[in-house]
Amino acid sequence: MDLLVNIIGLLLIAAIVWWFWLAAKGNKQQSVSADEKLEILVNDGVYEPDRIRVSAGEETVLHFRREDASPCAEWVLFPDLEVSAQLALDQITEVTIPAADAGEYPFHCQMQMYRGTLVVE
Amino acid sequence: MSQKEKQVFALSGASCAGCVRKIESALESVPGVEDAKVNLAEKTLSVVGDVDQARCIKAVEDAGYGAKPARKDPRELREEQKAEDQRHYRQLLWRCAVALGLGIPLMAWGLITGEMSVTTPNEQLAWGAVGLLTLAVMVFCGGHFYTGGWKAFRHHNANMDTLIALGTAAAWLYSMMVVLAPGLLPEAARHVYFEASAMIIGLINLGQALEVRARGKTSAAVEKLLELQDTSALVLRDGEEVDIPLEEVQPGDRMRVRPGEKVPVDGVVRVGSSLVDESMLTGEPVPVKKVEGDSVSAGTLNKNGTLIFEAQKVGAETRLSQIIEMVRNAQNSRVPIARLADQISAIFVPTVMIIAVLAALVWFNIGPDPRAAHMLVVLTSVLIIACPCALGLATPMSVMVGVGKGAEHGVLIRNGKALQQASDLDTLVVDKTGTLTEGAPKLTDMETDLDKDRLLALLASLEAGSEHPLAEAIVQAAKEKELQLSEVEDFEAITAHGVRGNIAGKQVLLGNRKLLEREGVSEGDWPSRAKALAQQGRTAMYAAVDGKAVGVIAVADPIRDDAKAAVARLQKAGLTVQMLTGDNRATAEAVARQLNIDEVHADLQPEDKEKLVSQLQDKGKKVGMAGDGINDAPALARADVGFAIGGGTDVAIETADVTLMRSSLHGVADAIELSRATLRNIKQNLFGAFIYNTLGIPIAAGILYPVTGALLSPVIAGAAMAFSSVTVVSNANRLRLFRPTQTQGE
Repeated sequence: MDLLVNIIGLLLIAAIVWWFWLAAKGNKQQSVSADEKLEILVNDGVYEPDRIRVSAGEETVLHFRREDASPCAEWVLFPDLEVSAQLALDQITEVTIPAADAGEYPFHCQMQMYRGTLVVE
Repeated sequence: MSQKEKQVFALSGASCAGCVRKIESALESVPGVEDAKVNLAEKTLSVVGDVDQARCIKAVEDAGYGAKPARKDPRELREEQKAEDQRHYRQLLWRCAVALGLGIPLMAWGLITGEMSVTTPNEQLAWGAVGLLTLAVMVFCGGHFYTGGWKAFRHHNANMDTLIALGTAAAWLYSMMVVLAPGLLPEAARHVYFEASAMIIGLINLGQALEVRARGKTSAAVEKLLELQDTSALVLRDGEEVDIPLEEVQPGDRMRVRPGEKVPVDGVVRVGSSLVDESMLTGEPVPVKKVEGDSVSAGTLNKNGTLIFEAQKVGAETRLSQIIEMVRNAQNSRVPIARLADQISAIFVPTVMIIAVLAALVWFNIGPDPRAAHMLVVLTSVLIIACPCALGLATPMSVMVGVGKGAEHGVLIRNGKALQQASDLDTLVVDKTGTLTEGAPKLTDMETDLDKDRLLALLASLEAGSEHPLAEAIVQAAKEKELQLSEVEDFEAITAHGVRGNIAGKQVLLGNRKLLEREGVSEGDWPSRAKALAQQGRTAMYAAVDGKAVGVIAVADPIRDDAKAAVARLQKAGLTVQMLTGDNRATAEAVARQLNIDEVHADLQPEDKEKLVSQLQDKGKKVGMAGDGINDAPALARADVGFAIGGGTDVAIETADVTLMRSSLHGVADAIELSRATLRNIKQNLFGAFIYNTLGIPIAAGILYPVTGALLSPVIAGAAMAFSSVTVVSNANRLRLFRPTQTQGE
């Protein structure tokens, strides 16, 4: 019994490391291309989709639809691009992303509980 | 209103593809519509063309639907958010009340009777019922934690919801296992923890409710700015006043502002004069006189006269809108000091989960009995006490309040980086002209054997044709005295000497000593007077009439009334103040002496200013540069922090790190004091959040057990976590009490 509990515990730790760090890195290949129809849903602590692909050197408009009333979801920040926007509840808010060089730019709420990545390529 | 742009309307009642066709074809019949498209997902209608807004709305309504102009007005957005916050606040309190309504009686039962164990079938039944009730409470009051945690999990992400969901679910599952299969656990471990799940959910909802309240206050400054914006304006159309919504005002519209009314948009006064209170934009308490040709800004308050002015900038173009936009962007920008907290936040939750599992294993392997119960308590407490929110909120909340507070005092901070660097400055380089002095030379002294007014009239007549800045000061002085000027004959400007001409048959000279020598005029006793004036930082000139020196006059760029006090404030704050000027050393030193400035750099060319800033930086100084934002642009950009003084011209707002809306060096001192106060607040918050987590997690893991003989209750852990983020937000709100030292002293 003791051994079983210990093995379960260690497996849990391995699972946490794998799922949140190792698999999360592998998952980075999957990103969604931003176009006029793409809506980024802000609800339940996550942006959906949370990896958005845009073209380098072009201004892009992202459409955020916020459905979470908590104040945490009120703002979306792109700190590296110095862009921030107040998201209206249950509405689409357009956020203009200036032309940027290729690279990955994280975006998040003020508290950094909501997290996403803007992939510029 | 007609305009050839795209107009967007919010639709109501449209729900299917059929509605789309109906609305779009209804719009085709409206004159001027070039294109009309419905976006069913957004429930919006976009109309392109030279088209009347009201007719579009009418067409949609005739088709059986509703339409109104889509508004993205920040004030409305803020109002909606406030109403939503209020609703959310009540919802959280309600959830809290329900959860604590179950949790408190259960906890009281446990404390009073001590009977929380499951030994008999009856107890199994009773606790089973309580377990189901707890589940209902968890779903009703804390369902969002579980859905949020699950969604984040699917995205390989973990957040605060994950911790709460795992902690409360672990306590509930363990308790249900005790109820359903007590035989699996030793007798001492057959203890239920339903009260912990309910209490944690209740307390965290309470904490979040208080946080919603406290966070609402952090944006008070922007709200104040938004409230400056009127919603309608009185526009003069065909000689009549028409009250129209603000968004319909066009550049070129003439508008009337009565005493006590706010100026609705930026423009130029065409008729009338009045005192206008601009303190809300500039922090300058004294109202400014506005006459024909002067510009007025949206949001300022007309005090005593009626003004008719022409709109020049409307909507997002107004200075007020730009200030609001800049403040909002700055409020959400990153501060370099928060980088470590950002890095920790990114890995925080999974790390806490690992610590929780490790702590549980330690208790299982080497802890005293009942091991299973201790394992659960430790696991739950660690998960619940860890607070990523406090860490995440530490910086943004302080920046939000600090930047907003700056705007209230006419100090616009570009971003978090500028805020942090302003707090570290040790040297301030100040451009003399327009910053320490008024920037417009004035006649300061006149000593003569003749009648002063007569001489002034002669000299002003002579200088009327000259374009030299000093000449302007003399002409202006004559104008102020309403002196009659005469025609000049044979006017000649002699480079590096002065001017000469004949007025009403008299030969008049005005210039330096070299001019008198050149013209063979005896200087008399005047050089000693001229020298005395020069020592006071004034530019002295000799006047001669018909070959005889008759006096000296002195022109100076007067020192601003508040410059000395501002320099003293900056020095008190530990900064070395250095003055830069293109003037000659004697004048510069005289000004510096009067202001008690530490170091003077005179005879500079414009490009030298930038070099000087970089030389100071090479010596390891943290240099701030204050200038008017136009002539000093390269030096402002080179400095660690560039302060643009001068009423916020567009150029300055766009380029400077800190823009001071009022033309006073006190603004720099305000900005530095505010940045230091904000950074201190951020450090307190970060320190608090780090200490809370680094102490809280080991305590929850049972490190104090050898001393206290007890583990931290998950309920206490929940309370601590709930109030840690409230504490951070409340501490940030303390910054709202910030007052610059100048105001305190007044």
